[in-house]
Amino acid sequence: MLYREAGDFKTSYAKDQALIPIRQDRTMLYICIAIALVLPFVASDYFLGSIAIPVLIMVIAAIGLNLLLGFCGQISLGSGAFMAAGAYMAYKFATAFPWMPMPVSIILAGIATALIGLAFGLPAVRIKGFYLAVATLAAQFFLLWLFTHVPWFVNYSISGVPTPPPTTVLGVYVTGADAPNWAKYLFVLAFCAGLTWVAYNLVRSRIGRTWMAIRDMDIAAELIGIRPLWTKLTAFAISSFYCGIAGALWSFCFINTVEPTAFDINRSFQILFMVIIGGLGSILGSYFGAIFITLFPILLNSAPAWFGLDIPGNIITNLEFMIFGAMIVFFLIAEPNGLARLWQLGKEKLRLWPFPH
Amino acid sequence: MLLRTITLAATAVATLATAVPAMAEGGHFIPVLSYRTGPYAPNGVPFANGYVDYFEMLNHRDGGVGGVPFILEECETGYKTDRGIECYDRLKNNSGGAVVLSPWSTGTTYGLLEKAAKDEIPIVTLGYGRTSAADGRVFPWVFNFPATYWSQASSMVRYIGQEMGGLDKLKGKKITLVHFDHPGGREPIPTLELLSQKYGFELEKLPVALNSLSEQKSTWLQVRKNRPDYVLFFGWGVMNSTGMKEASAIRYPMDKMLGWWWSGAEADVSPAAEAAKGYKAFTMHGAGTNYKVFESIKAAHAAGKGYKGEAMGDVLYNRGMVNAAYIAEAMVVAQKHFNKKQLTGADVRWGLENLNITKERIEELGLTGLMPVTKVTCENHEGTTPAALVQQWDGTKWNIISDWIPAMSEVVRPLVEQDAALYAKENNITPRTCS
Repeated sequence: MLYREAGDFKTSYAKDQALIPIRQDRTMLYICIAIALVLPFVASDYFLGSIAIPVLIMVIAAIGLNLLLGFCGQISLGSGAFMAAGAYMAYKFATAFPWMPMPVSIILAGIATALIGLAFGLPAVRIKGFYLAVATLAAQFFLLWLFTHVPWFVNYSISGVPTPPPTTVLGVYVTGADAPNWAKYLFVLAFCAGLTWVAYNLVRSRIGRTWMAIRDMDIAAELIGIRPLWTKLTAFAISSFYCGIAGALWSFCFINTVEPTAFDINRSFQILFMVIIGGLGSILGSYFGAIFITLFPILLNSAPAWFGLDIPGNIITNLEFMIFGAMIVFFLIAEPNGLARLWQLGKEKLRLWPFPH
Repeated sequence: MLLRTITLAATAVATLATAVPAMAEGGHFIPVLSYRTGPYAPNGVPFANGYVDYFEMLNHRDGGVGGVPFILEECETGYKTDRGIECYDRLKNNSGGAVVLSPWSTGTTYGLLEKAAKDEIPIVTLGYGRTSAADGRVFPWVFNFPATYWSQASSMVRYIGQEMGGLDKLKGKKITLVHFDHPGGREPIPTLELLSQKYGFELEKLPVALNSLSEQKSTWLQVRKNRPDYVLFFGWGVMNSTGMKEASAIRYPMDKMLGWWWSGAEADVSPAAEAAKGYKAFTMHGAGTNYKVFESIKAAHAAGKGYKGEAMGDVLYNRGMVNAAYIAEAMVVAQKHFNKKQLTGADVRWGLENLNITKERIEELGLTGLMPVTKVTCENHEGTTPAALVQQWDGTKWNIISDWIPAMSEVVRPLVEQDAALYAKENNITPRTCS
């Protein structure tokens, strides 16, 4: 009743090829955008700074890995290191060229990370599956080692943990301690929205379709004239670009420090879980996965306080691990294709509602 | 069913968005960012217990400070930076707003250096965090008394000199630094390098990677090959007990192995048991329960307050207590100066900066032997007399075996000012003048 394509006529080719062809989906998108824009006015500082910002940043990272793993079928365990590369490169750009607008520094950091990703993507040309996963582990360990042992990356600071310099966009601070949370939120939101739009278009374009061809069967793809080398490397580069931007934002707009341990192997696994639980090969799934994995532990952790239960912190945290683990197992058994698939099933049900057959 | 679960979760998230901070009430609110879970829990539990117990004891005995009670709220971080920052944001406005904070994690400290300054919440990092924060002109809101990592490293060199019979005897000696490979663990390297040039000893650095803290065979093989005169051991968490076992496996004399103050707790040596006998670690406060203040703590425990003697007297428990005692003392100073009872974060900051804990005052507090004499100034947030004690593990407990060993401030202070100046330049901070 509420959700169906019937009656939604396309009168031009442009309309038929629209990114989101169904009217109800578009309305949904507009509502989401409206909520995202209204949020700074209504949400508390805590929600904006500690919930919304990290979630949006992790969404970018999850989309990045999803492009590589979900669309091109190349597994990577180096996403954390690529985030670190983005963070350190953004720090270098922002301190070396203080006059440069911050968004430019971040995009340059993303491009630098893409080049690094390209280098570490090379093994993908020869090896596949688990072997590739192990090869990308090298990126994880090597890059973190590099950033912590070459003093040039931290501008020869003795302490070795640089603090991102304060920068402004349109006269408002978006990084550093003086930046209000709403400004940081809008800054991150702009990146997240822009990159999502790019990703949606990418996967429908020629390059996205070649990725999927390689993912589904690389020999067949090669036979129809798709170059595996080029395809796999672009996937690595673009995926690293996304992760690099996420890392730069994580350091500059969230934790406010360029710290290597924030990007260790656990971060890589966290992003991998987001992609798997959210749904492989789905941009929307990256959103679901990032929201679920970052938000759910915090939700579990704060839940007892809302109900006035006085449970010691350590017990809550242990409970958090148990419930969170159980939820992951439950979701994967109930729907191995991730939360995105659940969303799709929900839409199918809505189409038939209220007269299922 | 599944969809319903998701809807429920979404509603819960929505409530998160609208959660309002609790109303202000009488009391000094102190968030406790503890880590009672995760890989560093054996260190986090005694630390948090000592901290909470001391405040609970003051609440029980004196009704807080100047009649204003402490309100404590714990948030579990698991020693993760992002969770620490999330906890800080979650708690900072509760119960009338936090007046002071001890982050207890290098990562979280770095993340909050500026944020807390903006929220006007002073940060007390007891001998950890950013060393150059000792320059109070650049970091007005951060305090790292009673001594920084760099001061500690210089105290270690002084101690080795003492054992050898003079700093000039260090010439040509070999000292190996086994440290965990993290900015925190590498902190003392510049100081040690400077001192090795000054005194002519050979410094060899053996980093232990963060992912292999419990696998140090190759590191200690190096030590066996080089046979250094001393090993300086800068570990954290599981690296400590592993290093202890490996050192005894290569029969390195334990009394030539000197740990920093994050490698000198019960949890660090007890897994190695007998193997760690004779091992020495530096510390900034007394060990054990043989101090007057513990009578009050036990009385509070008897009244059902605090953590009822769990880990009482452990090195890190005492460190938590000393941490709390400094804060309480700063509040006394501030209450006296501003002539009011309920303090804000800015008031407490003033108190911390004008802290002058004399020997007599320590005696009054019942902390003699537990806490060093400390005088903080506007320029110097480390305190003017940084020093360290040496404690030795006898197989069952830690014993203090030295007097206070002063740091070489003439070497350390210029480094501090240099790093602080770089930080100020990068972040467009104009250092304030102290006069």
